[in-house]
Amino acid sequence: MSETTGAHRAHAVTLTVNGVLHQVTVPARRLLSDCLRHDLGLTGTHVGCEHGVCGACTVLLDGEPIRSCLTFAVTVDGHEITTVEGLAEGGALSPVQRAFTECHGLQCGFCTPGFLCTVTAFLRDNRTPTDEEVLEAVSGNLCRCTGYQNIIKAVHRAAEIQAEESG
Amino acid sequence: MTTKLFGEPVRRREDARLITGQGRFLDDLGANALAAAFVRSPHAHARIRDVDVSAALDVEGLVAIYTWEDLPGLIAEPLPLLIPHPALTHGRTGHALARDVVRHVGEPVVMVVAADRYVAEDACALIEVDYELLKPVVGVEEAAEAVNLVHADVPGNIGAHLVQEVHSAAGTSAREAIEAAPHTLAFRLDIERSASMPLEGRGVYARWDADDESLRVYSSTQTSTSVRMAVAAKLGLALPKVEVIAPDVGGGFGVKIVHPWPEEILVPWAARLLGREVKWTEDRREHFISSAHERAQVHHVRVGFDDDGRVLGLDVNILHDHGAYTPYGIIVPIITSTQLVGPYKIGAYRVEFTSIYTNTVQVTPYRGAGRPQGVFCMERTMDRIAAHLGRDRTEVRAANFIQPGEFPYDQGMTFQDGRPLIYDSGDYPESLRMLKELIGWDSFPATKAEAAAEGRTIGIGVGCYVEGTGVGPYEGGHVQITSDGRVHVSTGLTSQGQGHETVFAQIAATELGVPIERVSVVTGDTRRFGYAVGTFASRAAVMSGNAIALACRKVRDKALKVAADALEADPRDLEITDGVVHVAGAPSASIPLATVAVLSNPLRYAFDQEAQRATQFAGPSSDDRPPVEDGEEPGMEGRDYYSPIRSTFASGMHAAIVETDPLTAEIKILRYVVVHDCGKLINPMIVEGQIHGGVGQGVGGALYEKMAYDEHGQLLNASFMDFLMPYATEVPRIETAHLETPSPLNPLGVKGAGEAGVIPVSAVVAAAIEDAEGITIDRMPISPSDLYSLRTDTRLRKIQ
Amino acid sequence: MKPPPFDYHRPAGLGEALRSLAEAGAHGKVLAGGQSLIPLLNMRLAAPGHLVDINGLTELGTIAADASGVRVGALARHAVVERSGSARAAQPLLAQALRLVAHPVIRNRGTVVGSLVHADPSAEMPAVLALLGGSVRLASLGGERDVAAADFFVGPLESACLPGELAVSAFFPALPERSGTAFCEVARRHGDYAVAGVAAAVTLDEDFRISAARVVCVSVGPVPVVVDVTGVCGRRPPASVDWDAVARAVQDRIEPEGDIHATADYRRHLTGVLVTKALRGAAHEAAEGGEGPA
Repeated sequence: MSETTGAHRAHAVTLTVNGVLHQVTVPARRLLSDCLRHDLGLTGTHVGCEHGVCGACTVLLDGEPIRSCLTFAVTVDGHEITTVEGLAEGGALSPVQRAFTECHGLQCGFCTPGFLCTVTAFLRDNRTPTDEEVLEAVSGNLCRCTGYQNIIKAVHRAAEIQAEESG
Repeated sequence: MTTKLFGEPVRRREDARLITGQGRFLDDLGANALAAAFVRSPHAHARIRDVDVSAALDVEGLVAIYTWEDLPGLIAEPLPLLIPHPALTHGRTGHALARDVVRHVGEPVVMVVAADRYVAEDACALIEVDYELLKPVVGVEEAAEAVNLVHADVPGNIGAHLVQEVHSAAGTSAREAIEAAPHTLAFRLDIERSASMPLEGRGVYARWDADDESLRVYSSTQTSTSVRMAVAAKLGLALPKVEVIAPDVGGGFGVKIVHPWPEEILVPWAARLLGREVKWTEDRREHFISSAHERAQVHHVRVGFDDDGRVLGLDVNILHDHGAYTPYGIIVPIITSTQLVGPYKIGAYRVEFTSIYTNTVQVTPYRGAGRPQGVFCMERTMDRIAAHLGRDRTEVRAANFIQPGEFPYDQGMTFQDGRPLIYDSGDYPESLRMLKELIGWDSFPATKAEAAAEGRTIGIGVGCYVEGTGVGPYEGGHVQITSDGRVHVSTGLTSQGQGHETVFAQIAATELGVPIERVSVVTGDTRRFGYAVGTFASRAAVMSGNAIALACRKVRDKALKVAADALEADPRDLEITDGVVHVAGAPSASIPLATVAVLSNPLRYAFDQEAQRATQFAGPSSDDRPPVEDGEEPGMEGRDYYSPIRSTFASGMHAAIVETDPLTAEIKILRYVVVHDCGKLINPMIVEGQIHGGVGQGVGGALYEKMAYDEHGQLLNASFMDFLMPYATEVPRIETAHLETPSPLNPLGVKGAGEAGVIPVSAVVAAAIEDAEGITIDRMPISPSDLYSLRTDTRLRKIQ
Repeated sequence: MKPPPFDYHRPAGLGEALRSLAEAGAHGKVLAGGQSLIPLLNMRLAAPGHLVDINGLTELGTIAADASGVRVGALARHAVVERSGSARAAQPLLAQALRLVAHPVIRNRGTVVGSLVHADPSAEMPAVLALLGGSVRLASLGGERDVAAADFFVGPLESACLPGELAVSAFFPALPERSGTAFCEVARRHGDYAVAGVAAAVTLDEDFRISAARVVCVSVGPVPVVVDVTGVCGRRPPASVDWDAVARAVQDRIEPEGDIHATADYRRHLTGVLVTKALRGAAHEAAEGGEGPA
């Protein structure tokens, strides 16, 4: 359906977020980050720069990490989104989540949701990454607290946990 | 099962919520609040002639627009100057909304409140402010020439001027000592601007309870107790009617210690006026142009030394750029001045600083707070001395070290806390020995020669620092054991991601002998603890850590006394293990702390199992004694404060090996090594994390980050695209080693660790590049383009 | 930092998209990946009256590769093109360049054609198109036209795409046998726009002497600067080329400017260094048989 008039007109948008179907009515300019945080109350996704550089707002769109601050909610109407709130499977922390806490991969925790989403998709596609691949995978996310060392360690540890658990 | 957790790498209890998206940061609160946005000055220096809001009035969803003229009473007055100093003769602060003159790009002029942030920004875009442009003053040296003035009533643009002079033991002044020295050198050193730049900006959310006539404010702050006092004072409210809470704070690194920010006054004021919840969440551009920066200083150094490299006299003249206002006083140049001397015995020292106004964002402490500049001066000086004498750089440092037997060591100055600059403890020779071994200092010349044979250019650098940590005046702790056996700890000091909930729980669990799972910690919530200073100056572990330990000891004493009565034992024979008080060596004679907590409160309604159980321990009541005896209080709780006589002094030494590309001039840190001494470690995992993060920021400051102002006072790189905070790809792996020289000043023997990592990085990286290139490095940060220019200049000079 | 309001159009087909763009005229803007456009909107540096969101036009997401080259549809994301085996086989330079475009997460959303239309002289995709002499297909209600790369990049952030037009695809020609390519750049941080960057394409003759050599330079002019250096290289084996002379020839053709990250001099110097590096890499790859980066 084409929407053709009115800059302030509201658009009905259907999103499946963390497996739950949501219907919201938002103006076209509503950023996906704001839609998740303010319209759906999923405040785990954070906004650090709103120009796509910091990566704190990274979520998974149909499984692939994207910047939710550089995406309009209307554009992803009908698609599936996974946020940090959806990473724990059946209440059990995911290998990536566990590795981040095990390795002290977070301090203030503000950038963490973006890292977790990015790394989750990365380790799904690459179960035995090299050092270089790990570095490349997290190279688009800013963290001001950790100096990254323990984040890198956590990604390797998550791969290990993942391997252990998939037997 | 042991309950001794002090010193263990206990995993963080904060993480559970933060890795599941359940953290509560400022903008996660107040789902129904109205949104505030600001019209900010686009000019560095201008007079406001008129504000025309008429075009904005039709915006659907607009609730209110405020200018300075709308502000009542104290809110219209200038913001407070938090830390006055006799040398700050011309301290100036801005207004919550600009009154007549704007003095930097980003200064707030109009406040808009609307249904949401989108609409608020729409309204802001339609408000027209008519400015009469004034001449901008940009650049600290240009400002010092005072052709134009930032504040019409501040002659010379000079806010503060301070000279500190420490004569030698023989009574010689620094200048005399330099004149008489066998060798002298004079040079200039520059450090550019950077900023704290936490990933979460500032933010304020306020709700007014009309029924209760009370105000609750959430702020992403490093000091909720002081924001509370400022809000109460500015709004004319009784202090008990205002509560301020620092929720999860997404990093601060100094910028969030400043208070009250204009928004911290305006948002609560508007919330009360409108009877609606109001929230302001700072966006990234606002953070760049409306919060605070740090670091920019020019230093002129003169040094006199003997044949062994011992510094006989040191004279440093500092030009400090403090931007448009001085809300936080002159802490930064004071710290540079006093901490510059580091681990060294300087024969005679003179330091003078002039603090200058410019039409740029104000300067307030950023992690390290003046120390990186001071250490850059001192360490570059050591390297120059070594180069002049043809000596090893570590040898020259060692010749100047304060020796382990010389503590406490009085540097003869007044520190940032107004107390004497007396180092409490340290072992600098041992730190240096460890560092040299770790980095392979002595074998480096061979490594360098091998690299050169392969056409590679590498260099090594070293830097030492001493950091005053845990400055007073005080912090407090409150500890309560409830009848379910749980331990509730609170301190007024806030948290910005350092893991306080974990380390304070470790301290409490260790002191009380309870499982850490039973301990909960609340920080930065004035509902729980009203007296505090804040989290800054690497002070949380020292100040609140010790306060909590002292409060725990009070509670423990009381618990043992109550338990002793119940067990008919001597309190001195009792121990607490795993939450149970028992007679040492006789585990069967025991009573759970939960029951002790019930016994401590003579109101003994049997509302739970513990209360029922307590009856079997309750001794016969005595008719001639009151149920609560004189000097006693019901309940198992205690409050105590820690107030040190002066700061404790942590120290550390870093070394780096860098490689410079002979063609592209790219600079790569190959190894980065840290030896760190912050006294006793409460949680080594967390200390390590603090160091990593500090070094990461230090690398940013050394190689990437600067605030690029043009001559009009426009910040050219006010975005993460152009302000180059390092990603994972830019930060080297950091190798660490710890030395534990306990502080004799506090019960736990701890020193602060928060800022350490960042302090010497620019000095170390500069030294390593200089070693690699054979080119003097006297200003940081340095980019490949800068290095290329230096190479070209050096070549040209050689040709000439 | 919230975008200003705009009229939103979500066409169900290409015809509808073109009608919307025609109606919007100069006030219209196409939304594909949005990785350059939305930051501008969030900063309110752009305020188009109408956004035509083509994300529903899945038919534009195609990548068609054959011996002649690769045609990339308007909705093909960087990451998809980067991973496409057929695209890599037909024109390896695409993947070589794409791994330098921002960060992986940005590449998941950003589109190749969007990057071309954005026409940033510091960006990799315009440079690749320019080096290869590719073209952009522009559609409007009036029909389609193919614009050669040389004419497409008009100035900084300015392309030949007119109001009412939609860039539906771009064509990246393949290179002849015994060709090799390389993309070398220096950025302040990994993933940043290059301070300077050079892509090179080299073709060898049957005796492995250079028969064609071209470079394109980014961040040193208002548009990607293509320089044919076949003549300067001479018909020699790569090992006996005077690379310094080649670098100087390229340096003479660029117009670098200084900014907060680098001086003009440094950019000129760096371009020279990268010209040599990229050409040698490309020549090496050509000699190896054009498979994968050198």
